[in-house]
Amino acid sequence: MDAHNTEAFRKHIRQYLGVFVALLVGTVLTVAVSYVHFGAEDSHVGNVTVALIIAALKAALVAGFFMHLVSEKRSIYTMLATTGVFFVALIALTVFSFYDSPGSHDALTRTPAAKEAVAHGH
Amino acid sequence: MDIPYTVQPRPDTGLYNAKVGIWLFLASEVMLFGALFSSYILLRIGSPDWLYGSEKHLNVPIGTFNTAVLITSSITMVMAWASLKLRDFDKYKLYLGLTVLLGLVFMVVKGFEYRDKFAHGLFPSTHTFYAIYFTLTGLHALHVLGGMAMNAYLWGPGSKMWQTDPERLTNRVEVSGLFWHFVDLVWIFLFPVLYLL
Repeated sequence: MDAHNTEAFRKHIRQYLGVFVALLVGTVLTVAVSYVHFGAEDSHVGNVTVALIIAALKAALVAGFFMHLVSEKRSIYTMLATTGVFFVALIALTVFSFYDSPGSHDALTRTPAAKEAVAHGH
Repeated sequence: MDIPYTVQPRPDTGLYNAKVGIWLFLASEVMLFGALFSSYILLRIGSPDWLYGSEKHLNVPIGTFNTAVLITSSITMVMAWASLKLRDFDKYKLYLGLTVLLGLVFMVVKGFEYRDKFAHGLFPSTHTFYAIYFTLTGLHALHVLGGMAMNAYLWGPGSKMWQTDPERLTNRVEVSGLFWHFVDLVWIFLFPVLYLL
């Protein structure tokens, strides 16, 4: 590695350190927002959404910089895009199959009364 | 016969072979954890008495600490690879050694957490939540162990390659690092999903 490349590489290292700090801040933020309730009173959808957005941003930092995906070859992107399609299909099919069952359509925002009814088999 | 394209990129992929191999493996890992995450979703939305917050008896500060440990191990891992790129073998040994140690810290903390659960009579059979909690964290812990074994080899006997084929060792460390970062990435989702939501 010549002097010019060494200097360019050191710039990458500073980037890695920046990502490290951002990940630690993200972790603190994840815990902090878990003590705040988002959305409807008896629903967890708001908190799940916020937590998953922060987790996705942190994951993007790890994948993008530590795993070098910001400057990777096309063949890797193709491979990961294919995986992404199958991953989304896997999750979606599972959720669709659940909501295809009678009486389960309101499960995500289940109220205490509905919970009671489910528990008693009504 | 020598293994081809361990250092030079293969003309059609533009990558050395091990890198294509590890990404294919990681793609299969995404599907493995994807299947378990979809199981988690199904169990959670289908459960009439899911556990929330303090009902889970999980220690959030300890989980947060372990998250910070894994994130720190990711930066030491990438610094180990960067040190080889900068031809600084001593720093490579330091950073990779730290990565293995941080992996060990994570496992010890996880072990204490498991011991605490068992001591309080909380087993996978206790509740649907604990069934998926132990499955997800147990599988993740096995991955941490696997990554630690690979990194320990590259820190110890595997590092002798620095004398004979430094570029190839650098690529091996990059591949091992990709796996290690993936393990960190999975935990980034596991932590909020299991401890906080």
